[in-house]
Amino acid sequence: MRPAVTPMPDAAELRVERLRILRDGRPILTDVTITVRAGELLALVGPNGAGKSTLLGAICGDLAPTCGDITFASRPLSRWSPVELARARAMLPQRTTVSFPFTVAEVVAMGRAPWAGTPYADEDAVAIAEALRLTGMESLTGRVFAALSGGEQARAALARVLAQRTGMLLLDEPTAALDLHHQELVLTLARDHARQGGSVVVVLHDLGLAAAYADRIALLAGGRLVADGRPGEVLTGDRLSEVYQHEVEVLPHPRTGVPLVVPVRPTVG
Amino acid sequence: MRRASLVAGLTVALLLLCLVAAGTGQVPVPPAEVLGSILHRVGLDIGPSPSATHGESALWVVRFPRVVLAVIVGAALGGAGALMQGVFGNPLAEPGVIGVSSGAAVGAASVIVTGIATVGGWTVAAGAFLGGLLATALVYAMARSGGRTEVVTLVLTGIAVNAVAGALIGLLMFFGDADAVRAIAFWQLGSLAQANWAAVTVTGPCAAVGLAITVAVARRIDLLSLGDQSARHLGVRVERLRLGMVAVTALLGAAAVAFTGVISFVGLVVPHLVRMVTGPGHRLLLPASMLGGAIVVVAGDLAARTLVDYQELPLGVLTAVVGGPCFFWLLRRTRTRAGGWG
Repeated sequence: MRPAVTPMPDAAELRVERLRILRDGRPILTDVTITVRAGELLALVGPNGAGKSTLLGAICGDLAPTCGDITFASRPLSRWSPVELARARAMLPQRTTVSFPFTVAEVVAMGRAPWAGTPYADEDAVAIAEALRLTGMESLTGRVFAALSGGEQARAALARVLAQRTGMLLLDEPTAALDLHHQELVLTLARDHARQGGSVVVVLHDLGLAAAYADRIALLAGGRLVADGRPGEVLTGDRLSEVYQHEVEVLPHPRTGVPLVVPVRPTVG
Repeated sequence: MRRASLVAGLTVALLLLCLVAAGTGQVPVPPAEVLGSILHRVGLDIGPSPSATHGESALWVVRFPRVVLAVIVGAALGGAGALMQGVFGNPLAEPGVIGVSSGAAVGAASVIVTGIATVGGWTVAAGAFLGGLLATALVYAMARSGGRTEVVTLVLTGIAVNAVAGALIGLLMFFGDADAVRAIAFWQLGSLAQANWAAVTVTGPCAAVGLAITVAVARRIDLLSLGDQSARHLGVRVERLRLGMVAVTALLGAAAVAFTGVISFVGLVVPHLVRMVTGPGHRLLLPASMLGGAIVVVAGDLAARTLVDYQELPLGVLTAVVGGPCFFWLLRRTRTRAGGWG
């Protein structure tokens, strides 16, 4: 049986070069160059309006570059057909809404649609069951998606994306609706996906989560790439204080050494 | 399994209903004799022939074309309703409600009044198709924003389109002669009284093509319920699919109204009832809605021509009397679920 993740060949990296995106004449992204590699979890962080979701949308193929190039596996992204892309990358949007009363099982099964008519369609049942198990949604399969709580909807949507079994995972704020336990669970899943040879790009607001789970962090501000590197290199007190316009301290965790990001707060009393 | 048994059950119910409907009328023919008559025609010498005087001709000249047309119209309405709801991602979309039927009626009325018959018996159907396509395209362009269709916008657009269509029909009646006025008035009531084999040969192929395409794309229509972007991420060419389905809806809508006029609410209520049983998956919803629509129209037509002795009620009026209250109920249900109109 095929492993749960299609191992991405080394050539399957995604390169963004001098990307510029204008919307209504205003630049949203300016001169962004970044590479998404197999086996790596890349976190996109930055203040509100920094262009994180726009960059993810461009990587996904939703937004055409105004200038610059995006190539995926050495082929321009614009020359991939929708179904080819759907078999190579899965995208979790910030919010998933479902128009009709589809059940969780049916929504997750939709993730298998790109594989219809291919030999991989034989794996549908296995892939769906595994996605439900990984996200802890097994007991809720018969429930109507729209009637779930926000956190359950977020996990069901993630299960749909995992069931797609693509090499590349694009996650836009997957932890926003989740409690502490499920935040850790989702990022553990994402990291496992990268460890199995896939690639993951995740937009995160929580710098602590990014520091703990990302192999690489790209810090965006005002539509520009400010820093790109290992968490310890990117997350420095001075840089974050400047980017977020708020004084920030970065301390090593006493046991693991992982950077802890702490905003400076006024002391009471 | 459930899928196969539901479709089989509805098919059997429809066939039995057709036998009864074809045998009922001023010249009664028992179902066994109806079946016998059909079998004799296809060369099988099984079962009794109609024993009543003129039984055979009553069946083949009057009743069969009417029942077959009812099946075609009902299947087209049920299928078009389910398809349109899926494509708009909105449970209140329906050819009659959003004005596709009245748009088709304007197209057909223009043909009737101007008397052009460039493609023979197909001219009225062609006019209805163009009118329906135009109305669908208009609603599609006006009611959508950000990849979704708001309930309020859709219903309001439907009101606007229906109002304009009503005005145009009024204008055409004003300029038409007495025969045209009668023909147009008949349009707005909806009736199968004009059914004949010619009507069946015109509408049948339109409906068959439309319904076959619909069933072929059912799985992709499911994906549209995730929103346009997510559907695209799953490999669907969303705009192409939508435009194709808008054309198919217009084709089905035109097939449904071309010879029978506007039969409202079937396309709205039938898919809703079916969805409660089958769930929202279109692979089951679409064929089941077609069968359900056919059952409703055949039964409705049977009621329309037998409820009152020697009188025929207009079918469209009958379906509206039953369908209207159902529409209110659906509006309330949707409103409660969506938590207000926003």
